[in-house]
Amino acid sequence: MRITTAATAGLAGLLVLTACGSGGGDKGSAGPVSLRMTIWTGNADHLKLLDSIADEYLKTHKDVASIKFDTLPIENYTTTLTTQMAGGNAPDLAWILENSAPDFVGSGALAPLETLVKPEELAPSTTKLWQKDGKLYAYPFSTSPFGVFVNEDLLKQAGQEPPKAGWTWQEAVEKAAAVSARTGKAGLVVRDFDYKGWDNLATVWGGWGAEAWSEDGRSCGFAKPEMVEAMTFLHKAIFEDKALPAPGATADFFAGEAAMTITQISRASLLKDGAFDWDLVPLPAGPKGAYSVIGQAGIGVVKKSPNAAQAAGFLSFMTDPGNSARLAQYFPPPRTPLLTAEGLAKSNPLLKPEQLQQVVIDGIAKGRVKPSHSGQAELAQAVRAGLDQLWQPGADVAGTLAGVCTAVQPLLAK
Amino acid sequence: MALGLRAAARTAREGRTGWWTATRRDHLVGYLFVAPQVAGSLLFVFLPLALVLWYSLHEWNVLADTFGFVGADNYRHLLADPNVPKVLTATALFSAGLVVVNLSLALLLAVLLSQRLRGTVVFRTLFFSPVVVSLVAWTIVWGFLLQRDGGVNALLQAVGVEGPNWLRTGPTAMASVIAVQVVKNVGLNMVLFLAALQGVPKELYEAATLDGAGAWTRFARITLPMISPTVLLTSIITVAGSLQVFAQIAVLTQGGPGTSTTVLVYYLYQQAFQFHHFGYGATLSALLFVIVLALTVLQWRLRRRWVFLES
Repeated sequence: MRITTAATAGLAGLLVLTACGSGGGDKGSAGPVSLRMTIWTGNADHLKLLDSIADEYLKTHKDVASIKFDTLPIENYTTTLTTQMAGGNAPDLAWILENSAPDFVGSGALAPLETLVKPEELAPSTTKLWQKDGKLYAYPFSTSPFGVFVNEDLLKQAGQEPPKAGWTWQEAVEKAAAVSARTGKAGLVVRDFDYKGWDNLATVWGGWGAEAWSEDGRSCGFAKPEMVEAMTFLHKAIFEDKALPAPGATADFFAGEAAMTITQISRASLLKDGAFDWDLVPLPAGPKGAYSVIGQAGIGVVKKSPNAAQAAGFLSFMTDPGNSARLAQYFPPPRTPLLTAEGLAKSNPLLKPEQLQQVVIDGIAKGRVKPSHSGQAELAQAVRAGLDQLWQPGADVAGTLAGVCTAVQPLLAK
Repeated sequence: MALGLRAAARTAREGRTGWWTATRRDHLVGYLFVAPQVAGSLLFVFLPLALVLWYSLHEWNVLADTFGFVGADNYRHLLADPNVPKVLTATALFSAGLVVVNLSLALLLAVLLSQRLRGTVVFRTLFFSPVVVSLVAWTIVWGFLLQRDGGVNALLQAVGVEGPNWLRTGPTAMASVIAVQVVKNVGLNMVLFLAALQGVPKELYEAATLDGAGAWTRFARITLPMISPTVLLTSIITVAGSLQVFAQIAVLTQGGPGTSTTVLVYYLYQQAFQFHHFGYGATLSALLFVIVLALTVLQWRLRRRWVFLES
């Protein structure tokens, strides 16, 4: 009989464990709630600042017991977030990258933000992506323009003058090719592109007035003449001039392996070791003149969170004018009173006022946001697969780009 | 236990014929012993399988939090999806390449390392060690080695050969993914073959040698038939495993260049977790299930033709 008892107890134990496993936390409880916000950054300085803001909030808000910033790896950030949501483990607040903004805002996954402190201060160019029917669904937490960081030491070694605002793509490629030929280091790196993250190429083709798709998102722009011209220039720069590292080669500007890199100014913090002399200049002008591109991230309250009201309260606090000024050292704020060279200089000691004015303030004012569209992940995959043929020596640029449009047009029309 | 048995014996002696008989009691004990395994299978195999079929009849938008019945729409979409033939071709190429290379190499290594020579233990350990290495770590390291300026091309350059950009052109990308997976797992099949080879009676070889059989004849007429049950086992495991490849693709190529290495599991992952088409992803899972089941049944049926010692 003991066997029967032991087996019964074992089975009961298993069932209890299973039941525990399927249970769920403190949702809907009456006491103080715990908030969780998913973010992409795991940078210790960023987290320290966010934690200090959360601690201040907790002191005055007894309805919130704790606030946790949950770092998800950037490579799979949106996939991980949506998988958490599918698995019934949605965060209360989520950092949303610009490429998934239309999906999150359009689907109704986020709750409208109605308690923000002084929302009238937000620069209109920063809120466009996050609005629907006149309501704001995510706070444009970081509006970070792209600029070109320059390793002046490497350029000097290659006998090149450092670039100044107003330079052109032709000059950029000449300087980069010279560095590559004379120093063996990489010339120009479009950071995070790596022949996969093609949306970062908006920082190149913008100079030719090209765009991935039309303003209304209905028609493909890859086969347009200006895009073909821009991509032909880029292809030549990679495979003939050797100005950019070829596919499969990697070079980290911040480790001193490349002369120039196109990236967002929020990466300036990687330069604080001062291993080499550097500068930050605006993107080079293309045949269509000067342009700028901005990357954005918003923070939204997940609608199905049982703690949505508390989450909105914390978001409002975290992004009020005072905290926005503190966060500005890492995340350029959307608040117009803070968008002055003097204001930003206080929290960005690494950048000079003219760098902030030329790249950040002017960039935010006239910059175009990187391409984003509803169903972005599927579109991005289709474009990446189509562009793969382009990254070979001697590729048929116009033919490949026409193929991209054939693959992408049905998705745009959805 | 002793008490229980004694009670059962007493019941049997007394010849009680009520509902609670010794036989029923034994049955119950048996059921309780298998219960944890059955519960595990129900929870982690049959329930997910049923849910996949259920989800495949629905459109589930995670972001909008909507879940609606769409009937056979996802299956119709499966038949019309222009990517599916490309994905199935890539899957077939990968599986065929992997199974052929893995099994042949494993058998060759097993035959070589079953010889009584110095150093075979070292080589056995060497070939088996990748099996216990973390799959993702293994793949990431190979990702570096296969770069244009990576270790593989550096080795080739040392002997005067300019290597291709392995992961950036379709045929070499597929070959690279297969090679990385073969080197990772060939040791496991090799050990299974080694064990089988050691079970082949030596007298058979002696008799064949006396009869004048050469090395190849001995291998083809004695070794292969005698280890055929292991060949069946390894081929079933390898075929099923090859259809489930994911991490290597995700780390090395992300399905590219183009869609040349987008195998079924990776496509399924893209549809469900990246494009948020969970219903369609479930439909692709159902397709994968049918393919694995069909191939396993086929191999099981074919065993009668070529597996020795099967009744």
